[in-house]
Amino acid sequence: MNLQFVVDGLLTGSMIGLGAIGVTLTYSILRFSNFAHGDFMAWGTYATLAVVGAIATMFGKVAPIAPLSFGWPLIVALVVGVAFTALLALLLDKVLFSRLRKQEQAIIVVMGSFGASMALRSLLEFIFTSRPTYFSRAIQIAMPVGFGIRITPDQIALLLLTAALVLGVHLVATRTQTGRSMQAMSQNPALARIAGIDVASVVRVTWVIGAALACVAGVMIGVLVQIRPLMGFDMLLPMFAAAILGGIGSIPGAVLGGLIIGLAEAAAVQLIGAEWRAGVSFIILMAVLIVRPIGLFGVRER
Amino acid sequence: MIDLVGYGAFFLTTALIFSLVTLGLNLQWGLTGLFNVGLAGFVAIGAYTSALLTTPDDPARLGGFGLPILIGWLGAMFVGGVAAALTGIATLRLRSDYLAITTFGVAVVVQLVALNAQKLTGGPFGIGFIPRPFGDLAETPLLFNLSNLAIVSAVTLCAYLALEHLTRSPWGRVLKALREDERAAISLGKSARFYRVQAFAVGGAIMALAGALQAHFIGFIAPDNYLSILTFQVWVMLIVGGSGSNAGAVAGSVMVWAIWAGSGALTSVLFTPEQQARAASLQIVAIGVMLCVILLVRPNGLFGERPRRMRFGKRVKATAGESGP
Repeated sequence: MNLQFVVDGLLTGSMIGLGAIGVTLTYSILRFSNFAHGDFMAWGTYATLAVVGAIATMFGKVAPIAPLSFGWPLIVALVVGVAFTALLALLLDKVLFSRLRKQEQAIIVVMGSFGASMALRSLLEFIFTSRPTYFSRAIQIAMPVGFGIRITPDQIALLLLTAALVLGVHLVATRTQTGRSMQAMSQNPALARIAGIDVASVVRVTWVIGAALACVAGVMIGVLVQIRPLMGFDMLLPMFAAAILGGIGSIPGAVLGGLIIGLAEAAAVQLIGAEWRAGVSFIILMAVLIVRPIGLFGVRER
Repeated sequence: MIDLVGYGAFFLTTALIFSLVTLGLNLQWGLTGLFNVGLAGFVAIGAYTSALLTTPDDPARLGGFGLPILIGWLGAMFVGGVAAALTGIATLRLRSDYLAITTFGVAVVVQLVALNAQKLTGGPFGIGFIPRPFGDLAETPLLFNLSNLAIVSAVTLCAYLALEHLTRSPWGRVLKALREDERAAISLGKSARFYRVQAFAVGGAIMALAGALQAHFIGFIAPDNYLSILTFQVWVMLIVGGSGSNAGAVAGSVMVWAIWAGSGALTSVLFTPEQQARAASLQIVAIGVMLCVILLVRPNGLFGERPRRMRFGKRVKATAGESGP
C-alpha cells in the first residue's frame, strides 16, 4: 500500500479537525449541534476569494511567495475573511440563535440552524453560481520526501498553519481566564452564571473561535481542492463525526478525531475507491455511538 | 379547461404524496419529539425498494423482480421501517442531537449508495420503467391523472385515519406522555426508548411508502430526487401546518407545495433560461428564511393548536439517569 495516503489523510484531517473544533465548542457551550457550521466555512472562503479579487484589481498581479502558489494577497484576504466569518456568526446569533435559545427547546435551535444552513448555502449559489472556482490554477510540483510520499510546499505550509492554530486555541482554552470561563459554561451553565461569569462574552468568544477556524479550514480546501457553495455542507458529516469521536467539548479530541477520519477516508480512497469516501465518517460515527458514545476524551453528561 | 383539471390533478397528487411524508414526520417529531433531518434518505429507500421489486428484469443490475405493485409498496414500508428502527435503536438512548446527526448521515449514505452501487440502484441514471398503477390509461392523460389522484388520495386518507386512530389510542397517549413529561411516563412503567423506536420506525415506514408511491406515479427515479432539499421542504410543510396535528400536516403540505410550485412557475416566466438556476436558489433562500421566521414568531406553526411543553433540560437528565451506570 502506497504511503501517500498518510499525507492526504493528514491534510483532510486538518480541515475536518479545524471545523470540528467549532462544532464541538458550539455543542458543549451553546448546547446545540449547528448544521450551519459548514456554511460558515463556505462563506468564509468566498469572502476570502472576493478580497483576493479586490486586491488583484487594486494592485495588479502579485507574484506568489517563492515556493508557494499564493502571495501576500491571500494571507491578507484570509485575515479579512476570518473577521467577516466571525461577524457573520455573531450576526446570525443575534438575529436567530440567541432568540431561539430563549425558547428552551434545544432541538428548535438545531432546526433553526438547519433552515439557516439551507438559506446561506443557496444564497451563495445565487451570488456565485454553483460552478467551482479556484484561488490559483497553477500546478505545484510535489517534492518526493521518501517512502513513496510526495508533498507540495502549499501542503507543508497549511499543515504548519493548522498545528499553530490548534496549539493556539488549546492554550487559550486552558491557560486564559476566557478559556476557563468557557469550560465552566460547558460543565455547568447555572453555576457558571452564579459564579459571575459573563455569559454573553463567553457566547461571543465561542462563535468567533468557531467561525474563524471554519474560515481557515474552508480556505485550506479552496487552496488544495476547489471552492464550491456546497463545500461546507459536504464537510458537515465528517465534522460531526470528528467532534463526537473526540468527545464533545474536547478541543484536542476534535482535532484527533478529524485526523483519524481524514486518514481513514484517505485509506478508503486507496483501498475501496474515491466514490465511497463520504461513507467513512458515517461508519465511524455509528461505531462510536454504539461502542463509546462519549467519545475518546468525553466526559459523561451530568 | 380540461388541461387545467389535468394539471390540478397532477398538482394535488404531488402535494398529497408530500403530505404522506409530512404525516410520517409528524408522528416522529410532532407526536414523539424525534428530530429527523435525513428523511429524504427514508423516502429514497422506499422508492428504490419498490422499484427493485416491481420493475421487469434488467440484466445490468440486481433484480427487477416484476412483482405486483402492492408487494412493492409493502416491501418499501418494511425496509423503510427496519432502516428507521435500526437508526433509532443505535441513537435513541443518547442525547436528542445524536439522532439528528445520525439521520443526516443516513441521508448522505443512501445518496452515496444510490449514486455508486450501480448493480443495485442503476447509479446516477436511476431506474426507469417502473410500472404505473394505471399504465394502460396513459393515452388519455386526464383519466390517467385523475385515477392516480384517486389512488394517492385513498392511500393518504388511510394513513391519515390510521394515524388519527393511533394518536388517540393508548399507544399514542404514551408517546405524548413521554414527550410532555418523560420522568412521569417512565415512573408509570413505560420504556421510553422502546416506544420511541416504534414511533420512529412507523414514521420511517410511512415516508418509505410515500417514496414508493411517487416512484410509481412518475415511473422513473434518480438519486437527484432525494437531496437534502426534499428534507427541508417537508420540514417547512410540517412547521407551517403546525407540528402535532395530522390535519395541519396535510394542509401545510398542500399550501407550501402551492407556494413552491407557484413561485417556480413565476421564476420560469420572469427569468431567462440562463438565470433560472440562480432564481431557483433564491427560492430556497426565501423558504429557509420563512422557516426561521416561523420558528421565531410562531414556534407551534401557523395552525398549531396546543402549546408544547417539552422541556429538554429535563429530558436530558432523565435519559442520562436511565442509561447511566
